Amino acid sequence: MTTEKSFATREFKTVTEVSGPLLFVDLHEKGGVSYGEIAEIETVTGERRKGQVLDVSNKLAILQVFEGTTGLETKNTSVRFLGKTMEIGVSKDMLGRIFNGRGELIDGGGTIIPEKILDITGSPINPSAREYPKEFIQTGISTIDTLLTLVRGQKLPLFSGSGLPHNMLAAQIARQAKVLKAEEEFAVVFVAMGITADEARFFRDDFEATGALERAVLFLNLADDPAIERILTPRLALTTAEHLAFDHGYQVLVILTDITSYAESLREIAAARSEVPSRRGYPGYMYSDFSTIYERAGRIHGKEGSITQIPILTLPNYDITHPVPDLTGYITEGQIFVDVGLNRKGLYPPINPLPSLSRLMKDTIGKGSTRDDHKYVQDQLYALYATGRDLRDLVAVVGDESLTETDKQILKFAELFEDKFINQDYHENRTIFQSLDLGWELLAIFEDPYKVLKRIPAEIIDKFHPEKRDQKVDFNSVDV
Amino acid sequence: MTSVAEQLGIIERISGPVVQASNMRGTKLYDVARVGEEKLVGEIIRLIDDVATIQIYESTEGLIPGEPVYPTHSPLSVELGPGILRQIFDGIQRPLPIIRQMTGDFITRGIEIPGLDHKKIWDFNPTIKVGEKVVGGDILGEIPETPTVDFKLLVPPNIQGTLEFIAPRGDYTIDETAATIKTVNDQRINLKFYHEWPVRQPRPFNLRLPPSIPLITGQRIFDTFVPIAKGGTGAIPGGFGTGKTVSQHQLAKWSDAKIVVYVGCGERGNEMTDVLREFPRLVDPYTGGPLMDRTVLIANTSNMPVAAREASVYTGVTLAEFYRDMGYDVAMMADSTSRWAEALREISGRLEEMPGEESYPAYLSSKIAQYYERAGRILTIGRNPREASITIVGAVSPPGGDFSEPVTQNTLRIVKVFWALSKDLAARRHFPAIDYLLSYTLYWSSLEDYYSKTVNTEFPQLRAEALALLQKDKELQDIVSLVGPDALPSSEKIILEIARMLKEDFLQQNAFHDVDSFCNMQKQYLMLKTILRYYDKARDLYQKGADVKDIFEHSSTISIARMKYIEQSEIETKITELITEIDGLTPRDFGVEEEY
Repeated sequence: MTTEKSFATREFKTVTEVSGPLLFVDLHEKGGVSYGEIAEIETVTGERRKGQVLDVSNKLAILQVFEGTTGLETKNTSVRFLGKTMEIGVSKDMLGRIFNGRGELIDGGGTIIPEKILDITGSPINPSAREYPKEFIQTGISTIDTLLTLVRGQKLPLFSGSGLPHNMLAAQIARQAKVLKAEEEFAVVFVAMGITADEARFFRDDFEATGALERAVLFLNLADDPAIERILTPRLALTTAEHLAFDHGYQVLVILTDITSYAESLREIAAARSEVPSRRGYPGYMYSDFSTIYERAGRIHGKEGSITQIPILTLPNYDITHPVPDLTGYITEGQIFVDVGLNRKGLYPPINPLPSLSRLMKDTIGKGSTRDDHKYVQDQLYALYATGRDLRDLVAVVGDESLTETDKQILKFAELFEDKFINQDYHENRTIFQSLDLGWELLAIFEDPYKVLKRIPAEIIDKFHPEKRDQKVDFNSVDV
Repeated sequence: MTSVAEQLGIIERISGPVVQASNMRGTKLYDVARVGEEKLVGEIIRLIDDVATIQIYESTEGLIPGEPVYPTHSPLSVELGPGILRQIFDGIQRPLPIIRQMTGDFITRGIEIPGLDHKKIWDFNPTIKVGEKVVGGDILGEIPETPTVDFKLLVPPNIQGTLEFIAPRGDYTIDETAATIKTVNDQRINLKFYHEWPVRQPRPFNLRLPPSIPLITGQRIFDTFVPIAKGGTGAIPGGFGTGKTVSQHQLAKWSDAKIVVYVGCGERGNEMTDVLREFPRLVDPYTGGPLMDRTVLIANTSNMPVAAREASVYTGVTLAEFYRDMGYDVAMMADSTSRWAEALREISGRLEEMPGEESYPAYLSSKIAQYYERAGRILTIGRNPREASITIVGAVSPPGGDFSEPVTQNTLRIVKVFWALSKDLAARRHFPAIDYLLSYTLYWSSLEDYYSKTVNTEFPQLRAEALALLQKDKELQDIVSLVGPDALPSSEKIILEIARMLKEDFLQQNAFHDVDSFCNMQKQYLMLKTILRYYDKARDLYQKGADVKDIFEHSSTISIARMKYIEQSEIETKITELITEIDGLTPRDFGVEEEY
């Protein structure tokens, strides 16, 4: 908080109503309760919970209770207002530790002494203080690195659905992500919202097995944890991430899963407050609320660290027009599509590049950062794969008799592209140069490259085409 | 101030960005109030008895009922004077770079800074003499605000009288007295180098003029097929990833308006940074100076307070009107008006108003209409009226790309130009992904004359022909998708090929290519002419026995595809050469032996 207002903690035993996740407290005209203030709620059995003020006048305060309202009643519940908004103590020592969705340690380890106490709401980054993200992050996954480049400071969600391997993909990215050239300190902040204990264990085990846990902070709100707590979890995590990035200079990768559960908690509170619902019952301010999470990604002038976000969304019924992916897409800088069709074919990772997009890649790839053929290769692979899929549909209707020779080659290319390029092992970590060379290998199936590869300039073909180039040249270095 | 100003309100209730305060009798609707001990900026949006409902432009966390409210008794206003250009403001005209100097990389609350730099020295040159009669809108003098834009010091609207004093040529801060005017009732009014104006009140003008001049944007799809007039209104609706923002950036960069006001309303922070990073580097094709010299940016990103987002479009359009009143053509871009409408919805919800469609407030359509009505080509007020204009282009972000939603529909009822972004084209990497058949302009009939006179008399004819081909292509494509291209007769295959040329070699324009990013009218005309000339030639060659496949594999088709990359300066000679080459093609070049 920017200013300190001093007041004693005030206690009320005048709960008038418990309704859904909300608690109504009569303040007896004494007031003194601030908007957004945190209160401690003590039940008749002595159990303590936390709540936050959503609406306040001198007469009445409305609180959302993070741990849920089960067991609360109007007679003996006491509410103590703590005179502060929601805060978290942050420290570099949080790396390697596991917290619950309210920010309490649950790994059985020792207490952490905070370096700083921060308000979890955070403040918006001044747009004139932002630095434009343009450093390449290598994820080791060909489809992402080549066609959907992840950039440091970007927010790039995985649009997925039930039954798809988005968790494996996220874990693989977390394990393999690195920045070329420099030795830099990487950290992962993992935020679970409403995922199952199994899924959480998968991430935990994976981080542990690969040594990633040492440089990770985990915040776990599981499916059986209180839903309202999910409003808190990402904010606690991002406040921690900001501390690591902007005070300690870490390159922080934040994985948020699952945004759809978070949105449902928002909806639950909105419904409990009888707010006028917008699309599909979600509140009208969901866009603004999402932005206060996603916009905390970024880079700042003069600061070493960065925050890159990979939110994971499970699209209900794979429907991209659903409000959650829709509003997300308007804020994030692109999306990675995890595709049911490719998954059914048995491909991993089943990323469909066609509806996917990375908005920030245009300034990131190419000479000096990756390799000077990157821009053209990605464009050409995309175009040919798109044409290949179109042709596949056409063949399904009219058969392949009317196809030209080139068309048939493109069909074959699309098959190879899926089998060799998109498909890779869960433990396979390809460098960007390997991925690009692999792309060239596939492009080399065309007999007349100058005619078919229209999106690649002739001089680039001469330099990189497997049959044209000087085999002795080593491309596996940053081409500056 | 009077004792009224000292009467403080008391906060009664806080709910998100909305605060209710009592003891507010005497304040007016849309007055600004400073709320709480931190003096957060807010605006009164409802009055019942002595209780005022105030929307707060900053985060309200930590406010307590009982804290004071300081009424200011003036509406939300902006400072209008030199120093607006090159600046980047938040939604209520606070300069973001200065906020950064004051509070660091993150924006904190209760910051009070003026919109303009009151310490900066400006070189003022009077253009009027003492003793002259002046009225609102008259030019008193000039200040070179940036190397490419001269700031004109105007008599504010609603003031008239005799000029008693005018500052002589010299250096001044904006707080010094620029002029003294004696009104008819012998009142003396001292004018500074700036004045304030309430953002929700349109600035007056003399007369509306017909929209008969196009806003040239250097974008082929816009200028040739779907042009907008200076003073016109246009909307770009499209789902995410279809290129709304890039299209808006292109318009801001290359349109031939003298002043560009760009409002980033509830959009991505990194995108604003992209604008901030790119605009100072880009060269203005009309003046040769940096683009930033004629640009003002308003950035209220999605995570900044929602009420300030609501105000940001008004702040933007008021700044635009101010430069219009100097006699300039102004282009205003708002990205995105949907976020603005959502801000209205959020505030309306907090006020517990009866919701309209999709819970937007019932007054959504009138708010949208009022906003776009501030566009127009007009004659300014003053003794020597000047022609000037504001063109407004709003991006619309329909949820799920569904154009039937209320913001898109209400916008389309008002605006005259509709640039429909298509997900399908975007997926095929056809950029700008503007659907050339679905989009429309209602200005063509009033602009046609201008195109015939300034570009070429045959231009309207060529445009009509190209549009007809694209339309025909659409019909043929439907057939092709059913039975394959081989089933079509050759005359129709020619149409398909020419339409492909129009789409790939004309309509597709690379915003990130140095040359192709901007294409002047002459180049557009010549490119279109060349493609259509090839159409005539292809039909002729086919008649004489040439094979359609050969015709479209000829080397001149490659030259046609490369036209877009020819520098503007060489276009005339190179295209003349190309046309001569096309005219000279004979069936023999395609392996047809006998003449007939």
